[in-house]
Amino acid sequence: MNLDTVLQRADVWRGGRLSATADAVASGFAELDTVLPGGGWPRGALTEILMPQHGIGALRLLVPALARLSRDERWICWVAPPYIPYAPALVGAGIDLSRVLLVHPGAQQDGLWAVEQSLRSGTCSAVLAWPTLDDRTALRRLQLAAEAGDALGFLFRPGRLAQRPSPAALRIQLQPEPGNGLSVAILKRRGGWACGPIHLEVPVYGYGSAVALHSHTATGAGSFHAQWQ
Amino acid sequence: MPVAAARALAHDLNVCSRNLQAEADALHSLAAWAYQFSSQVSLYPPFALLLEVRRSLTLFGGYTALLGRIRAGLRELGYQTRMAAAPTPLAAVGLACCESEQHVETPAALLGALAPLPLSVLDWEQSLLDRLHGVGVQRLGDLLCLPRDGLARRLGPDRVLYLDRLLGRQPDPQALYQPPPRFERSLQLPGEVAQAGALLFALQRLILELCGWLQGQGAGVQELEVRLWHREQAITRLSIGVQRNSRDAEQFLILLRERLQRLELQQPVIEVGLCAERLLPLDGQSLELFDAAREARQVDLLDRLRARLGSEAVRGLSAIAEHRPEYAWRYSEPGQGEQAVNGQQRPLWLLPVPRQLRTDHGWPCLQGRLKLQHSRERIESGWWDGQDIARDYFIAESASGSRYWIYRELDGERRWFLQGLFE
Repeated sequence: MNLDTVLQRADVWRGGRLSATADAVASGFAELDTVLPGGGWPRGALTEILMPQHGIGALRLLVPALARLSRDERWICWVAPPYIPYAPALVGAGIDLSRVLLVHPGAQQDGLWAVEQSLRSGTCSAVLAWPTLDDRTALRRLQLAAEAGDALGFLFRPGRLAQRPSPAALRIQLQPEPGNGLSVAILKRRGGWACGPIHLEVPVYGYGSAVALHSHTATGAGSFHAQWQ
Repeated sequence: MPVAAARALAHDLNVCSRNLQAEADALHSLAAWAYQFSSQVSLYPPFALLLEVRRSLTLFGGYTALLGRIRAGLRELGYQTRMAAAPTPLAAVGLACCESEQHVETPAALLGALAPLPLSVLDWEQSLLDRLHGVGVQRLGDLLCLPRDGLARRLGPDRVLYLDRLLGRQPDPQALYQPPPRFERSLQLPGEVAQAGALLFALQRLILELCGWLQGQGAGVQELEVRLWHREQAITRLSIGVQRNSRDAEQFLILLRERLQRLELQQPVIEVGLCAERLLPLDGQSLELFDAAREARQVDLLDRLRARLGSEAVRGLSAIAEHRPEYAWRYSEPGQGEQAVNGQQRPLWLLPVPRQLRTDHGWPCLQGRLKLQHSRERIESGWWDGQDIARDYFIAESASGSRYWIYRELDGERRWFLQGLFE
């Protein structure tokens, strides 16, 4: 294998520049897209979203991309979501429900199997999962499956795993901010170094008035919900 | 040869009793399978099947190609066979009985092909054959060159008619096999099988038979039933379902493998069976279109997930035009969700059941006091079906930065509940 073939590989990047060849789906947040390789969520790859707790807007960050992907003829597959994805809110966000597939496996191992099958099948544009295991081999398999099936794999995981190595192509860490704010730090990306937090407004979807909150104080990591286990 | 004599010659001989019923069943099932190659299949018990293939030759690309497909299929099914083709049924059987697998194309070539065959290819009684041997008739050719009236006198008119049919001088209509309206087959296992995975091998044979049969019927099925017989326990029944009417053996086998992996056998299995009814018409051509192929793959994912996780574990979503939040959605068949638009701000996560919140001096708490948004949404609805609600909804934020959808009852104890999360 010579140097040229090594450099051609999708999983090899050279420091100092964002790779422009990466295939990506625009996130719908312009500031975020500028720091993501290819200008959006990577196709055929795993994206790991690390977050301190539920309810801070992690899904709202994905919803514009999911709405666009739902125009595709492929499934958007949710494997073992921690709560019920609320259909009226998904419709309000522009997601075509006829492309939504919910999978509720009984056991943890079945969950990983279902994520892998969905990613690999080539019939899912995106697969969302909330794995509670910290199993690097399993994650590696998922990354390969996402490549094989040209799917966007999103894994939502507890923020404490940020220090653990992961085969995911993109890793971002979320922190809540006042109002509809969300801070997004990039821990790992293809073709670029980690980068410090950027601040986004992630709106609540619906036609009602913009959300206004009282004065707001605390942010930062709270305790996990029981649902993280 | 008596068994004792055979044992004397081969001391490690394994003697099995012949099961004529099983042989007859196998011949029937092969006839059903062979129906995919010809619509005119006849049984020639106890050991032969007749297929009228002239009309199938164009469809399958000629004799050699057709023979290759039949041979490959039979090998997959685990049968050893000999095949021959001739213008008359009896000649084809006769040729197949001999070692050489010939293909005689024209009636003119028939006499020459049959002449060297031994008399034993005629299924006449042995005493008659011995008599013919006695007068120096060794081969079919010897018999066929004898004068006709002499033969009629010596052998009777039935034998002459037989020879006429053999040579195609008289028509030889065959009773056509009619495939049964449903597929039901079973297979005794050579021993007891305790591992669910090991059953796949035997079931594979039945599935190949089924798919050949479905091909002949121009049909597919959406549901299969696999039956496992045990020595003492009641039959174990497994149902394999596919979204789209199919006769794809590969697809059924993948689903069956998933299903068997999940199965825990209480007792070993001694016999396996496969049953399919409710055939649905399936046109072979339409499956090859591009869109259909993609749709088929999507359905294939659903089938795989359902085979392993159960059908209730794989669902779609519907949004319903309904004011009460808990009734504004429901699970539906994947790909068929209703999409009612609700103009209000709604959370992306809903709790399966609203959870009551603790209060602190009247304030709702979740990891400390929640901060409420100014605006509230009042929902009062459902008086007509007794499931009525009267609530004020708020968006609330916890000290740690999570945003919740909570409500307060307007009646009774005016309790607070958490119903969703603005994820």
